[in-house]
Amino acid sequence: MSTAEHWQGVCSVDDVPLRGARVLARPAGGDIAIFRTAAGGVFALLDRCPHKGGPLSQGIVHGETVACPLHNWQIGLGDGRAQAPDTGCAARFAVRVVDGQVCLRAADLGGDGAAAA
Amino acid sequence: MSKPRLVVVGNGMAGIRTLEELLRLAPGKYEVTVFGAEPRPNYNRILLSPVLAGEQDFDAIVLNGYDWYREHGVTLRAGVRVTRIDRARRRVIGADGSEAPYDRLLLATGSDPFLPDIPGIRLPGVLAYRDIADTEAMIEAARAHRRAVVIGGGLLGLEAANGLAARGMQVTVVHLADWLMERQLDAAAGALLRQSLEARGIAFLTGAATEALVPGESGRVAAVRVRGMDPIPADLVVVAVGIRPSVALARDAGLPAERGIRVDDTLQTFDPRIYAVGECVSHRGVVYGLVAPLFEMARVCANHLAGHGIARYTGSVTSTRLKVTGIDLFSAGDFMGGAGKEEITLADPVGGVYKKLVIRDDRLVGACLYGDTADGAWYFRLLREARPVGEIRDALMFGETNLGDTGHQGQSRAAAMADDAEVCGCNGVCKGTIVAAIKAQGLFTLEDVRRHTKASASCGSCTGLVEQILMATAGGDYSAAPAQKAMCGCTERSHEEVRRAIRAQRLLSIPEAMAFLEWQRPDGCATCRPALNYYLISTWPKEAVDDPQSRYINERAHANIQKDGSFSVIPRMWGGETTPAELRRIADVAEKYAIRTVKVTGGQRIDLLGARKADLPAIWRDLAMPSGHAYAKALRTVKTCVGSEWCRFGTQDSTDMGKRLERALWRMYAPHKVKLAVSGCPRNCAEAGIKDVGVIGVDSGWEIYVAGNGGIKTEVAQILCKVRTAAEVLETAGAFLQLYREEGWYLERTVHYVARVGLEHVKRRVIEEGESRAALWQRLQFALDGEPDPWHEAPAARVDLRQFAPLAAAEVADVDG
Ligand code: SRM
Ligand SMILES: Cc1cc2nc3c(=O)[nH]c(=O)nc-3n(C[C@H](O)[C@H](O)[C@H](O)COP(=O)(O)OP(=O)(O)OC[C@H]3O[C@@H](n4cnc5c(N)ncnc54)[C@H](O)[C@@H]3O)c2cc1C
Ligand code: SF4
Ligand code: FES
Repeated sequence: MSTAEHWQGVCSVDDVPLRGARVLARPAGGDIAIFRTAAGGVFALLDRCPHKGGPLSQGIVHGETVACPLHNWQIGLGDGRAQAPDTGCAARFAVRVVDGQVCLRAADLGGDGAAAA
Repeated sequence: MSKPRLVVVGNGMAGIRTLEELLRLAPGKYEVTVFGAEPRPNYNRILLSPVLAGEQDFDAIVLNGYDWYREHGVTLRAGVRVTRIDRARRRVIGADGSEAPYDRLLLATGSDPFLPDIPGIRLPGVLAYRDIADTEAMIEAARAHRRAVVIGGGLLGLEAANGLAARGMQVTVVHLADWLMERQLDAAAGALLRQSLEARGIAFLTGAATEALVPGESGRVAAVRVRGMDPIPADLVVVAVGIRPSVALARDAGLPAERGIRVDDTLQTFDPRIYAVGECVSHRGVVYGLVAPLFEMARVCANHLAGHGIARYTGSVTSTRLKVTGIDLFSAGDFMGGAGKEEITLADPVGGVYKKLVIRDDRLVGACLYGDTADGAWYFRLLREARPVGEIRDALMFGETNLGDTGHQGQSRAAAMADDAEVCGCNGVCKGTIVAAIKAQGLFTLEDVRRHTKASASCGSCTGLVEQILMATAGGDYSAAPAQKAMCGCTERSHEEVRRAIRAQRLLSIPEAMAFLEWQRPDGCATCRPALNYYLISTWPKEAVDDPQSRYINERAHANIQKDGSFSVIPRMWGGETTPAELRRIADVAEKYAIRTVKVTGGQRIDLLGARKADLPAIWRDLAMPSGHAYAKALRTVKTCVGSEWCRFGTQDSTDMGKRLERALWRMYAPHKVKLAVSGCPRNCAEAGIKDVGVIGVDSGWEIYVAGNGGIKTEVAQILCKVRTAAEVLETAGAFLQLYREEGWYLERTVHYVARVGLEHVKRRVIEEGESRAALWQRLQFALDGEPDPWHEAPAARVDLRQFAPLAAAEVADVDG
């Protein structure tokens, strides 16, 4: 089984507030924002707005969009893209929910030691 | 002790407006005497034109009848011209020999018509056009004679020509410049104007210099001689070639008066006891000849005469309309264009429509409209606010209705106007004020609106617009009225409708409100959710469910987010006062949590900048000080000065008053942030003049000011009332803020709220109706009672503490996929 397909649980779904987010700190830096929408969808983006690096995890979540807290750019949770007229893209991470656990690819979490286990 | 004496010279528009404002601010402060050369009470000079045209009579244009003077204890010496000011002995002397001593003197002598030095200018049958006597003489002449010549094709001359033509005279206008109203219109608009006046039977000679007025056998004027032409027969000549500020009285008294009487930004002349307002003054080298700027002067001058001393007059931009029924023209600013400027024009000579907009450096600097002036007020606003127009350039020419807001078909223009858009330029009345008055006081007629708001009560050129607003607001039942501006893209409802529904339907949560109001997006957006959340919790305190996820991050994390994603922490310091122990704790916290910057804020508190989000709960605990809410749409600071406890000028204990206000009002969420200040004397070191609520101690009590704003556009607070005790200050300030909490729209500061509903409305609810004040104050206390401090009572304040703990990849368990 390759590293890319190795998934790792990071928290329970209920740890992420509805219409909210939690921040996953990565040892090597570059926090990941994990979002949960009103409809129950879970998404993960790099916690950096394509505009000026605002922490997207701190924004207001509505539909499948988050409003950046610094200058109110609207970033799509599914594709990480800024809504027109703004342009830019926040890096996306694949997420899966397994048994109520939010899981990310181990490779994305940085530390490859965990992935090997 | 006898009262100080105020003498007003000039019973005209500016002088009496100043007096009206003064009586409102400080009734009974002075013993007032008014001298007026005209043997009349105060009337609306602007409306002489409709009187001349036979559309109104004199009684209809009287602004303040004789009984007004009596009711306000003002002595009027109508028909007495003041001939001398004795500054040394502080008294004025009238033409009839009477004298009046003064402590303050207000000069409002207006202008005199300018009579050019040509032969025959003093002949019988030659009139100027300035006052009711001139007007009556013209009406009289029109009865007996047929042919009139008007010299001067400016605003006044054309109104005279139109009026005389309406009375059946054959009128010729002789005008020196190449086109009509050359100071207000460009050549193209001037030509259109000429066409429509010609269609009414008025003849024009332009580029024509008058050489002499020729008498007939009777000695009365009989003809006008124009250079290079046959004499024009005339039984009546009206000279309207300009006005000159009436400054002789002031100049003889030794006051500097070149073109007009020189005044500073407080309308004070060279002699500090003497003020001057109106057409007779020169302010920063500018002399004005329209009422709107004079009324602004009146407001400022009254403020200083009342002893408040906080207002400044900094000059005005003016706009022009011609009051000839059936002719629409509007101009403002630098509409001639030229080098360095761009022009956008639209001309439809057949339809009689012409529009020109002049732009410089991305700002609208001039507008000249003929035929369709509906957007005049909007252009005028863009011009005065000097807002960049780059983004709306393409749509600029087509007017405000064509901006944004698409989708509401068939709306009248009035309905599409923003609430803060000015409708009546003379009296500075905005649409919102008119709408609020119509709704609150059940107004139905134009007259009612004029009386209650003053809109369209002066020059009347906005009458059509006011009628539209009246129709849109009062006509038909509410649902038939055109839609108001929607709150955001998720709904068609306006803020007002949403607030009303939440109250009427007892809606208690966002999902409930969205369902009832048929929100078009199930989850709303970042604009409407915070607004809905505020409306719910402010309407139904202790019952509605607060939703932190619908609050902006600052109100969710209870700190201000910074550009690098860190946070700042500002603890509350009651009234700006602190202690060594608090300062020590702040210092310890700053060191322990490696706070990079410690800064004294503009709001008299200390800011710890650069805190990590994860550290916030521990910082709050270690500070052991209440939340300063510097991050919230809520009560922020109450600034104070040292006051009577220490200051040699202090008349009241402003520090203690500030602390009491802050303790009574903290944790109060509001439509926008709320700032207070309390000063111990009128020197006003706490800057109470630019706060949402400003309190100034005076010897006999406290003055309460509201709706000031020190932010993006500085606005001076307006006086609400004066009270004696600290308890009254608390109740009044609290009642005002509760009214704002209940009626304000989300993100509307008090200044905009008051501009929308009108200060009169606020005064009625907070001052005049004692029961209403008590009830408001009680509702506020009920709402604030037991409200938790989010820094120290997180669960009660619904603070989600999970947000402060980052998830760490190292801790997580492995799951196989
Ligand atoms: C910290 C402080 C500057 C300072 O270092 O002195 C400050 C900082 C900010 N001000 Fe301010 N204002 C601060 C005093 C003021 C004052 C002065 C005062 O309060 O006496 C004013 C003018 C008074 C007034 O509000 O009328 C002021 C007028 C504004 C405005 C314009 C508001 C307006 O209605 O025009 C904004 C923009 C807004 O609120 O939309 C603003 C917005 C902001 C924001 C929140 C901008 C932002 O969105 O990030 C800044 C937050 C920085 C932070 O996170 O700490 N700040 N700001 C001051 C905090 C005072 C405190 O102790 O609470
Ligand atoms: C026909 C006409 C139409 C107008 N239309 C418009 C319009 O549409 N829009 C607009 O904005 N403006 C218009 N104006 C201009 C406007 O009326 C003036 O700007 C305004 O009236 C000036 O106010 P004021 O108080 O400075 O002077 P006034 O209103 O002229 O008042 C001055 C008063 O002081 C009296 N006075 C002078 N000297 C003495 C003295 N020594 N002792 C005692 N009394 C004295 C005068 O008799 C006069 O009554 C119009 C003016 C006229 C004449
Ligand atoms: S003035 Fe501007 S830069 Fe300074 S704190 Fe206020 S908002 Fe920030
Ligand atoms: S950093 Fe996100 S909008 Fe500016």
